[in-house]
Amino acid sequence: MKKAINIVVALIIVAGLFSCNNGGTSNKNQGALSSSAAEKVYVAPGELDEFYAFVSGGFSGQLAVYGLPSGRLFKVIPVFSVDAEKAWGFNEETKPMLNTSHGFIPWDDSHHPDISQTNGELDGRWVFINGNNTPRIAKIDLTTFETTEIIEIPNSAGNHSSSYVTDNTEYVIAGTRFSIPIPQRDISIKEYKGNFKGTLSFIKVDPEDGKMNIKFQLLMPGFDYDKAHPGRGKSHGWFFFTTYNTEEANTLLEVNASQNDKDFIAAINWKKIEEYVNNGGGKMMPTNYAHNVYDDATHSATSTMIKEVLMVDPAEVPGAVYFLPTPKSPHGCDVDPSGEYIVASGKLSANVTVHSFTKMLDAIENKKFAGEAYGIPILNFEDVLAGVVEQPGLGPLHTEFDGKGNAYTTFFISSEVVKWKLGTWEVIDRKNTYYSVGHLMIPGGNSQKPYGKYLLAMNKITKDRYLPTGPEVTQSAQLYDITGEKMELLLDFPTVGEPHYAAGIPAEIIMKNSKKLYKLEENKHKYATITDGDARVERDGKEVHIYMTMIRSHFNPDNIEGVKVGDKVYFHVTNLEQDYDVPHGVAMIGAQTSELLIMPGQTETFVWYPKQVGVWPFYCTDFCSALHQEMQGYIRVSPASSNIELSWGLGED
Amino acid sequence: MKKSRLLMIIGVLLPLGLFIYPLWNITLEAPQYPIPLGMDIHINKFADMNEFDIKNINLMNHYVGMQYIPETIPEFKIFPIVIITMTIFGLLVAFFANYKWFLAWFILMSLLGIAGMYDFYLWEYDYGHNLDPKAIMKFTNPDGTVMGFQPPLFGTKHILNFIAHSYPRLGAYFLASGMFLTFIAFFVGKNEMKKT
Repeated sequence: MKKAINIVVALIIVAGLFSCNNGGTSNKNQGALSSSAAEKVYVAPGELDEFYAFVSGGFSGQLAVYGLPSGRLFKVIPVFSVDAEKAWGFNEETKPMLNTSHGFIPWDDSHHPDISQTNGELDGRWVFINGNNTPRIAKIDLTTFETTEIIEIPNSAGNHSSSYVTDNTEYVIAGTRFSIPIPQRDISIKEYKGNFKGTLSFIKVDPEDGKMNIKFQLLMPGFDYDKAHPGRGKSHGWFFFTTYNTEEANTLLEVNASQNDKDFIAAINWKKIEEYVNNGGGKMMPTNYAHNVYDDATHSATSTMIKEVLMVDPAEVPGAVYFLPTPKSPHGCDVDPSGEYIVASGKLSANVTVHSFTKMLDAIENKKFAGEAYGIPILNFEDVLAGVVEQPGLGPLHTEFDGKGNAYTTFFISSEVVKWKLGTWEVIDRKNTYYSVGHLMIPGGNSQKPYGKYLLAMNKITKDRYLPTGPEVTQSAQLYDITGEKMELLLDFPTVGEPHYAAGIPAEIIMKNSKKLYKLEENKHKYATITDGDARVERDGKEVHIYMTMIRSHFNPDNIEGVKVGDKVYFHVTNLEQDYDVPHGVAMIGAQTSELLIMPGQTETFVWYPKQVGVWPFYCTDFCSALHQEMQGYIRVSPASSNIELSWGLGED
Repeated sequence: MKKSRLLMIIGVLLPLGLFIYPLWNITLEAPQYPIPLGMDIHINKFADMNEFDIKNINLMNHYVGMQYIPETIPEFKIFPIVIITMTIFGLLVAFFANYKWFLAWFILMSLLGIAGMYDFYLWEYDYGHNLDPKAIMKFTNPDGTVMGFQPPLFGTKHILNFIAHSYPRLGAYFLASGMFLTFIAFFVGKNEMKKT
């Protein structure tokens, strides 16, 4: 018996030793020397990334979804540009999403994704992104990873200081880069000064369903509004915009808008303006803009033209707007997680300027004004300055934060990321980027709660970094480990289009909400075919409507006769699958449109104009099953004068 | 109340758990189904293990010509009646009858259980062997006979790319433990008779 006890005691000791060892090995990822960069970014087959990164596509107009740390591309979400692969802007359901006051616009320039927040922390419900060219804000639903709403921004041009969200996603904001005549009119460009204005739009986001509406626009002087950041924590309720061209030049801006030693950061007390507006303030102004909403139940979008917008003149809301002098055409405008520091990167300055929110409030309180511009008080530079990061590099652009008191700023001209300390303004580390870095992103790095493990730098130029692909080469992202005192470059990976900004979030926050399929029983599409028994073809004059279903591995109906030259044939196709990851596609020979790629439970529609007599096939475009190659059908097209009645079938001998 | 009667009452009531929990489960694993497909068999219905599983099992099985799993089968009417009848009969026995009836109830229930299993086996056999002659894919055994796709009655079996598991679920444990208790009740009752 005693022996047995001894053995048990010995086993416990051995177990203890093993568990100590385990504790030891789990530390091996700390410190640059004990593990290689390759190990840190290697996500083994079958394992999952730790973060999602939503990286803007710039001139691609889309939003790409990557995993970090691996840099693997999962999906390119179509937003502002048509996408034949997913039928975005091609099928009847999504065409209204790209409608604007200028009509159907098949392209845009997507810039700044920002994830919705609650209490200043990422909540992972939606990601917003701006279309720069034809001003729009889109909302992507992070349960479906689809664009579900696009709102056009009237009285705006070059929608660049967008689409950032406040601490509780009360607002997503959209600022104009180019000032324009408001309202638009026939006027000489030389009459810019005083006649051109810039608007800052505050788009209210419904806390329940995320529905957007423009609550008000702020009519600002004719500067260029470049970048923006909401106040965080203590500065919640304020919004900050960098401005340049305070010279109000209208030609050769590279010279003429670079004359003033200081431009401004516009500090907007949006809570004050909201109160003013809620009490009936502001003037309704006639305008025209599109509001496009995609409905997951009807699998269809609708576009509504809105004819007026509430315009607020800041001069009529005293105490709501101030200008903070800031050196040399500032670009990036970033607020630290505490909300105290407003970091402005004067892109022509050698220094990074940091303003203090507390000092700003104090200066306002004591009415220490240096003057005014168009009725808006200008504060003294020295009164609001918190500190300056001296000579950190050339061409500072953007700053993010790690939540541990450090800031990271990109330098476009000197191609580097510089880590510096908030409060002491000392430079801690610098690392090269390859090359000409624009934005950077730390997951949650613009919120109150950064996840300071990785930093993603996004580069405009790659030259020799990848295999050459002719004159046009890829843009890129570079991943740095920022857990140590010094940053460590881990990975280069190519991006879709030009990555302007990105938004990162721990995967666990959104992956659990990711939808697997659309339920057939919830399909409210006007032309849905929910059961095989309802599959049919109907003629309405020259319009033919095919109510078609698809399931492994056939279309129903698969053979159709009675279609004539000159008809307009609608394929309304419903995927009857209710299994995860079983999409079907459909494409018709000679159809002047894209394929449809239809998810389980979804209905989509394309239009085909038969122009030639004959028998024409269609087939499934997504390798859906072992019998995918058998998934096909024929349509017989007869002459316009033919009397052949519509008929259709499946599986008859 | 006598201990044996109390045991009998509990034993007779326990099978009612079958009305809440599934009796049996068949689960199908395959490489492209990291989350397996599964069907819970209740005494009155077939149910998805995860939403849409039965629909997807049917879709898989149509390739080899198997019939669709029916919405309902006659057994789903008979089984509940049998269970309710046996419960009422068992309660009458527990309250009013001699302990020897406890064993009689147990034996009758066992026979019904075996009949149920046999019935289930017949359905499974038909389901796995009565294939559509126009089946998309036809497989033969090494000896040249047509391959069947019958899931195991109990246990685990490889069927083409699937691994099929067939095991009892909580409802079956309610039934078994209830029957076991009635069996014990018989012996306890016998002892109580001896003492008096």
